[in-house]
Amino acid sequence: MSTEHALPAGAIAQRPDALASRSQRDLSADRAFRWLVTGAGIFVLVSLFAAALSMLWGGRAAFSTFGIDFLTTTDWDAVGKKFGALVPIYGTLVTAAIAMIIAVPVSFGIALFLTEVAPPWLRTPVASAIELLAGIPSIIYGMWGLFVFVPVMSTTVIPFLTTHLGPLPIFGPLFQGPPLGIGMLTAGIVLAIMVIPFISSVMREVFLTVPTRLKESAYALGSTTWEVAWNVVLPYTRSAVIGGIFLGLGRALGETMAVTFVLGNAHHLTASLLMPGNSIAATIANEFSEADSDIYVSSLIALGFLLFIVTFVVLAIAKLMLMRLSRREGN
Amino acid sequence: MSAVPNAAAKAAVAESLYRRRRLMNHLALGLASAATLFGLFWLVWILWTTLLNGISALAPSLFYEMTPPPGETGGLANAFFGSIVMSLLAIAMGTPIGILAGTFLAEYSRRSWLGETIRFINDILLSAPSIVLGLFVYTLLVKPMGHFSGFAGAVTLAFIVLPVVVRTTDEMLKLVPSQMREAALSLGIPQWKVTVQVLYRSALPGIVTGVLLALARISGETAPLLFTALNNQFWSHDLAAPMASVPVVVFQYAMSPYDSWHSLAWAGAFMVTVFVLAISLIARAIVARRKVAND
Repeated sequence: MSTEHALPAGAIAQRPDALASRSQRDLSADRAFRWLVTGAGIFVLVSLFAAALSMLWGGRAAFSTFGIDFLTTTDWDAVGKKFGALVPIYGTLVTAAIAMIIAVPVSFGIALFLTEVAPPWLRTPVASAIELLAGIPSIIYGMWGLFVFVPVMSTTVIPFLTTHLGPLPIFGPLFQGPPLGIGMLTAGIVLAIMVIPFISSVMREVFLTVPTRLKESAYALGSTTWEVAWNVVLPYTRSAVIGGIFLGLGRALGETMAVTFVLGNAHHLTASLLMPGNSIAATIANEFSEADSDIYVSSLIALGFLLFIVTFVVLAIAKLMLMRLSRREGN
Repeated sequence: MSAVPNAAAKAAVAESLYRRRRLMNHLALGLASAATLFGLFWLVWILWTTLLNGISALAPSLFYEMTPPPGETGGLANAFFGSIVMSLLAIAMGTPIGILAGTFLAEYSRRSWLGETIRFINDILLSAPSIVLGLFVYTLLVKPMGHFSGFAGAVTLAFIVLPVVVRTTDEMLKLVPSQMREAALSLGIPQWKVTVQVLYRSALPGIVTGVLLALARISGETAPLLFTALNNQFWSHDLAAPMASVPVVVFQYAMSPYDSWHSLAWAGAFMVTVFVLAISLIARAIVARRKVAND
């Protein structure tokens, strides 16, 4: 190759056939490379749909045996071979809801602090520290939750909640029950801690895209920092903020290990947030290696399919919302 | 005469409104600072717990003794070995496909519907629950083969590596100035050679960062390994057999009632955390150095 480069122009002109064969070779190499990268790109596309189809295939026995009852009944009986997914579905939705109720305002606060409040020298280190939270493996959250946080919940937080919120008329039943420590509230709090870095870093990034002119105009009219944040920054970035929240929701719905440690793996439907429950991901993680019948395995894979569909929709909404802002930015 | 008290009343209203807005502002910014402290509080608490319990459980025997049966002492040697083998294999499988797919997105499909669709799907894969990928590989490999295997575990992890590498390659190649492509192409160099010898070289630090981030992500990954590699109490280098990994052993031991298993679980958790955080810091340093070099 290098010798060919070294040839003087005249030498090539004397060998038109060599030149032609070389450009022929380049052409076919180019074509092969294009096919290679296109194939890799399509592989990414196919792998997602293959994942969905394989779980639909694996769960077909459960779907055809139980039909719609799979979604609406609460039986989870390995011996009687009757499976209904209502308890894990309920647990997944409730824990994710608790997580979002905590994480959204906190993340907004963090993003506000990092873009408007903190002195500039403090912003980068604090932002990196918060992002460090996202890097900690979820199994560490689970162990910390089980060994450290659950005892704190059962000795301090839950007795406080049952005595002060338990007697209330409407919300009361949510906070009644024995102080076990493990349960949906604990799982929701751990999930909130896990998704805060995702939501706050999206919010921070989009807050930084707000044109300075826009903010300065509001300041010039006499607005306070809070009024600028609430009336200028937030409306300008609304779609991306919603996208960030959905991104966090997608994480919260599919998180497995942390929830498995602190949720309690109980197949009962209870109104109380303090009682053990189950989530889709925790059920699969806990029971898959014990599943002894085909219909049991199939029911677990069917659960996985449900989880996949729900998170796909949530993440797709997140992505579309985030794209809306960046399109307006002209990217 | 009546205008004077009116003006005074107006001034009083304006003053109270101003005071209310100021109060609101202080309250909101105070809450924002409190939210940040709230976030940092959990970070410190979790890291502190892991450090404290992990360091007290560290021992040289971790690295040369096998995972013990209930109630006995031992180490995590087979789990470390399994994690290293499966992670490296996953990187070896996921990285080349990821780089090629990222190249397709950045160089061969700008503004085409296929490229946009793949980028969209890749972003969803990036945040998709890993447990779902575990079930996918279970139906793809474990069920047909009839048994759990280290190879299936590595394939699952490769599916987690893939979207990370695709994303970073795509972004890093987009950062390469187009003059570089044009200069190379104007010399008559074929496009594949421009990509491999010019663009990859320029985007290399970024791509390495992506691979490191992917490594950090899979080294703590537990859930998908439960249905693919499972676990193995003994030293095994057979990729066709079940294989131990640190996160799965940590999960099994932490959920057990035995104190000796708990302390091994903390040691494993500590090692994984330190490894993941060190890798993330290295990745950050590479990005930071690159920024300085470009400025």
